[in-house]
Amino acid sequence: MSQERVPAVPVEFQGVRRRPDGEGPRRYWKSLDELADAPAFLEFLHREFPEQASMFEDPKGRREFMTLMGASLALAGLTACTKQPAEKILPYVRQPEQLVPGRPLFFATAAGHDGYARGILVESHEGRPTKVEGNPDHPASLGATDVFGQAHVLGLYDPDRSKTVLNVGQDRTWGDFRAALRETLERQKARGGAGLRFLTGRVTSPTLAAQMAGLLAAFPQAKWVSWEPAGRDNARAGAVLAFGEPVEAQYRFDRADVVLSLEADFVSSHPASLRLVREFASRRKVSAEKPEMNRLYVVEGSPTSTGASADHRLALRSSEIEGFARAVAAGLGLPVEGGVDHAWVGPIVADLKGAGAKALVVAGESQPPAVHAIAHAVNEALGAVGSTVAYTAPAEAAPVGETAAFKALVGEMRQGAVEVLVVLGSNPAYAAPADLGLVEALDKVPLRIHHGLYIDETAERCHWHLPASHALESWGDLRAADGTVSLVQPLIAPLYNTLSEIEVLAAFGEGEQKAYDVLRARWEEQMGSIDFEKRWNRALHDGVVAGSAFEAKAVKVAVGDWAKAGQGAAAGGLEIAFRTDPAVFDGRFANLGWLQELPKPLTRITWDNVALLSPKTAAALGGVSTEQTASGHFTEVAELRIGGRSVRAPLWVLPGHADGAVTVHLGFGRRRAGQVGTGVGFDAYALRTSEAPWAAGGLEVVKTGESARVACTQDHWTMEATAHEQAAERHVVRAVTLADLVKDPHAVHKMGHDPAPGLSMYPGHRYEGHAWGMAIDMSACVGCNACVAACQSENNVPVVGKDQVGRGREMHWIRVDRYYEGPPESPSTFHQPVLCMHCENAPCEVVCPVAATVHSEEGLNDMVYNRCVGTRYCSNNCPYKVRRFNFLLYQDWETPTFKMMRNPEVTVRSRGVMEKCTYCVQRISRARIDAKNQGRDMKDGDVVTACEAACPAQAIVFGDVNDPGSRVSKLKASERSYGLLTELQTKPRTTYLAAVRNPNPEIPGAGSEAHHG
Amino acid sequence: MAQVFPRSANQIAKASVVLGAVLAVTVAGIVVFVIPRSAYVTRQKEARAQPVPFYHLHHVGGMGIDCRYCHTSVEKSATAGIPPTKTCMNCHSQIFNQSPTLEPVRASWRTDTPIEWVKVHDLPDFVYFNHSAHVNKGVGCTTCHGPVDKMTYVWQEKSLLMEWCLDCHRQPEKYLRPKSEVFSTAWKAPSNQLELGRRLAAEYKVKTQVTCSTCHR
Repeated sequence: MSQERVPAVPVEFQGVRRRPDGEGPRRYWKSLDELADAPAFLEFLHREFPEQASMFEDPKGRREFMTLMGASLALAGLTACTKQPAEKILPYVRQPEQLVPGRPLFFATAAGHDGYARGILVESHEGRPTKVEGNPDHPASLGATDVFGQAHVLGLYDPDRSKTVLNVGQDRTWGDFRAALRETLERQKARGGAGLRFLTGRVTSPTLAAQMAGLLAAFPQAKWVSWEPAGRDNARAGAVLAFGEPVEAQYRFDRADVVLSLEADFVSSHPASLRLVREFASRRKVSAEKPEMNRLYVVEGSPTSTGASADHRLALRSSEIEGFARAVAAGLGLPVEGGVDHAWVGPIVADLKGAGAKALVVAGESQPPAVHAIAHAVNEALGAVGSTVAYTAPAEAAPVGETAAFKALVGEMRQGAVEVLVVLGSNPAYAAPADLGLVEALDKVPLRIHHGLYIDETAERCHWHLPASHALESWGDLRAADGTVSLVQPLIAPLYNTLSEIEVLAAFGEGEQKAYDVLRARWEEQMGSIDFEKRWNRALHDGVVAGSAFEAKAVKVAVGDWAKAGQGAAAGGLEIAFRTDPAVFDGRFANLGWLQELPKPLTRITWDNVALLSPKTAAALGGVSTEQTASGHFTEVAELRIGGRSVRAPLWVLPGHADGAVTVHLGFGRRRAGQVGTGVGFDAYALRTSEAPWAAGGLEVVKTGESARVACTQDHWTMEATAHEQAAERHVVRAVTLADLVKDPHAVHKMGHDPAPGLSMYPGHRYEGHAWGMAIDMSACVGCNACVAACQSENNVPVVGKDQVGRGREMHWIRVDRYYEGPPESPSTFHQPVLCMHCENAPCEVVCPVAATVHSEEGLNDMVYNRCVGTRYCSNNCPYKVRRFNFLLYQDWETPTFKMMRNPEVTVRSRGVMEKCTYCVQRISRARIDAKNQGRDMKDGDVVTACEAACPAQAIVFGDVNDPGSRVSKLKASERSYGLLTELQTKPRTTYLAAVRNPNPEIPGAGSEAHHG
Repeated sequence: MAQVFPRSANQIAKASVVLGAVLAVTVAGIVVFVIPRSAYVTRQKEARAQPVPFYHLHHVGGMGIDCRYCHTSVEKSATAGIPPTKTCMNCHSQIFNQSPTLEPVRASWRTDTPIEWVKVHDLPDFVYFNHSAHVNKGVGCTTCHGPVDKMTYVWQEKSLLMEWCLDCHRQPEKYLRPKSEVFSTAWKAPSNQLELGRRLAAEYKVKTQVTCSTCHR
């Protein structure tokens, strides 16, 4: 262990301000190490990889290594003598009608996330689904996807999926299961199903709900409980408090001028986030012609992507937000008591009042029902109902009291009232609140049946495990949060001997039925038999059932007990906040390497969860020592104790976190997830109770004196100058306030030192045809990582694992750098996606000894893998640090399902080869050839890169910069446009639009936003 | 003691050093420049046996079946497409439907199992060739595939080395033919090929594409 470390100064909060030159903190910074100019940070800055990251560390193996290298050199020579092995071509016997070999087909279907539909289009190469795109016709996608949508294909091809029916660990057939079930059901039938219980996740599928209703009619004493670990009980209960019924609020951010978020992370954890981000971002793309934008206030405890996008972010502990919300409501003249005054309340109230019907208040799931009711009341008082918010019926079949019903079920189990428990697609043995003692209760049920994608914690405690078909293998239907129904259609026949939920439920009722028949019969009933075939095909083709969205409901807020002062803040001491993870959600995606390796939007940590706390809280705990070494961060481990339960968690100081609180992310510490996810991180569910699922007081943090390794990428690929080089500040991030931009439209250009055009002794390249370029709007980017996941899927980018990420070897072609501005206690946050700049004077091209990276006629910086000999000179010379080297054989060349998953249009790279963003050259080629075959010229929008397609904010625009009418050319002509490190004369083709923030000058401390360098 | 080697041995020794060097350079030259281009490595002109003795000589040369009857996607897709068994059975359910030679085809039809054809033109996996881009721009089938109508088992007519690709990509006018003749097996380059090629290149908007990412990505 000690060999791995380079000498590093432990960075504690006290050290943050202590800089060698004693000056104030720099304007934009990525980590506390950077703010303090810690040696480890400088190591990452000046070297592409830290000095010892590429060292051969196993002392015993060094000699062996030399022997092996000698032998492999000799053998490598020999391989040149072999001929290519003969390959086979297997054509179809009967070729499907629409299929043209070599051309992908796209099918519309839906991916359920947390039960709610996200419309997707799936690319299929000769029957193999390879890539997910958003469905532009679907209201919860609008053409965009999130990271979970992108990982949908990886979920299908995950080699750890369960493949056979198991009975107490023994392989069985579906026939065996049906026979066993028949006996059980006969016994239950006699008693009306009194001992029969079903537990599912959230169900929005009309067909599944109808099946369930049919079953409950056949077994009148049976019960069905739907429960999600990250449920929406608070939102539903809040609606019941305010309106008397559990309506769903449908927000319209495109109409909102002023938004107040009360811990609502609508950017990443709302059933309609993709649409909400699109609408929100559409109001942040400022131009000289239209110098207006919305304003977002966020009050939250744990930093989220929503908070990072805010114009004003107030860090309050989760429990303190109710008081703030009450004060705002009271300020607006509502009869709400218990307000806790804050300096920000007055200006926010005035701003909301000013916006009137164009204002919107959104409450987050982590807030108690009363806060939701307050938000509804405020929106009504402002006249926002019908403008920025509408109410509809909820999409789920059983909307209210999920946790209460689950608790009751566990109680019945403990009493022995449950004889048969059927768990469908849920994993309670892992995710149940710790106070319920679910595992003991589970063991009291005489017959337990589990149906799921994996043999997980619940499966191993059940008598029967039934392997589930993936959504890409099965027929079904799902509703989006606005009620729109999508038919789910299979892209491929089940890879293993699996059945879908509909088929398993059918086994309890009608018997053996195909999901397709069940679905079709039901929809024939719904749509009517006249023209059914046409409507059915239309719904399948479009990915939505026309006219299935819910009608808006007229509801009226009734002032009730919720308006009276609240139950008071949580118990004293530290507060703990539980949040779903931005990458693995509630743990269901723990075995997907793409998601595990995504640097989380704010912490930039991969492959782990940590206990997050503010700099001040860390100081109060005597400082948190985090050492950055050549193989990752080593950070202090503490025991988190609450209510007699404890877990050990690495501590991590996160700027902008509320003081006096600790945030832990759920979804880690899986005991049985698969090769990838088992044992990653710590299990925060172990501390979570059903009473306080989102925040609880009385936390104790006891340091253990140990340290744990965390792979955090925040200092990797740093482009900034050191503090000593401040004179040459590089203006990588440029941000401006709306007021300043209006005052001086050229404010952004004045921030940097762009060289005069034509300042070169060499003639430039000439581009006669197309010249590809990209513009990225930092004002719109919310840092959701969808582009990173989309790129990984499209370009066959490998997963490298925690150890390699710790050494700075992650392979992502696009990274989303996160920068802070201002003090560590309450910084502003900026996200900047960085990919290959495709420089016109590319520093990488001139240093390659084998011409493996060369300039194309259209200005692409081509990477030719088969020429690359791995000198790494190119990446050494890249000022943007966007090149990635295959230090080891990162690709899995063996697993058969991964071979099916890969994009056949992109080379799979091997060890010793450099790679980087190609601007999705395979998509350019496809668009060019298609245009030529159709005898036309390419037009703007023909080429959509994977990152651009996925982006919910439409922050990335790709196109031809030679065409003055293209969207990208217009953006590049914007007064907000700037390039990175242009003073190096690299002439980057990827440029940025400066972030614009719209601070309210009335907010105390807002003045600090106005200064800029 | 008398000398074992006469004085002249010095000359032989010197000569052998020079000759040895020449030999080494020659061998290295052969290894680097000749062997990779040799038919032994490229498998040029080597007819490959197939699971069914399908002869283009008979079907194309004799019956005059158009290339696109079987290779249906050649104008639309990267791959020309190997016909499904159905295409064979269109005719062979009627003619030669008892022939023992065609048993593998009927077996495939009966058992719904693909026929495993041996790939003849096998580009490395890092090369992305697109048939449609070529046939729609006046590159004829026989330009690359040779006299298919005279082949029993198909062989690879050209080397498929990158220099061979680049020869045409640098000077497409050497090979272009009118679009109407693309699928003709009888087309012979006229004496004014260069002139014709230049005219066609202008008409079809053929661009010389020699950027790496044209084929490598």
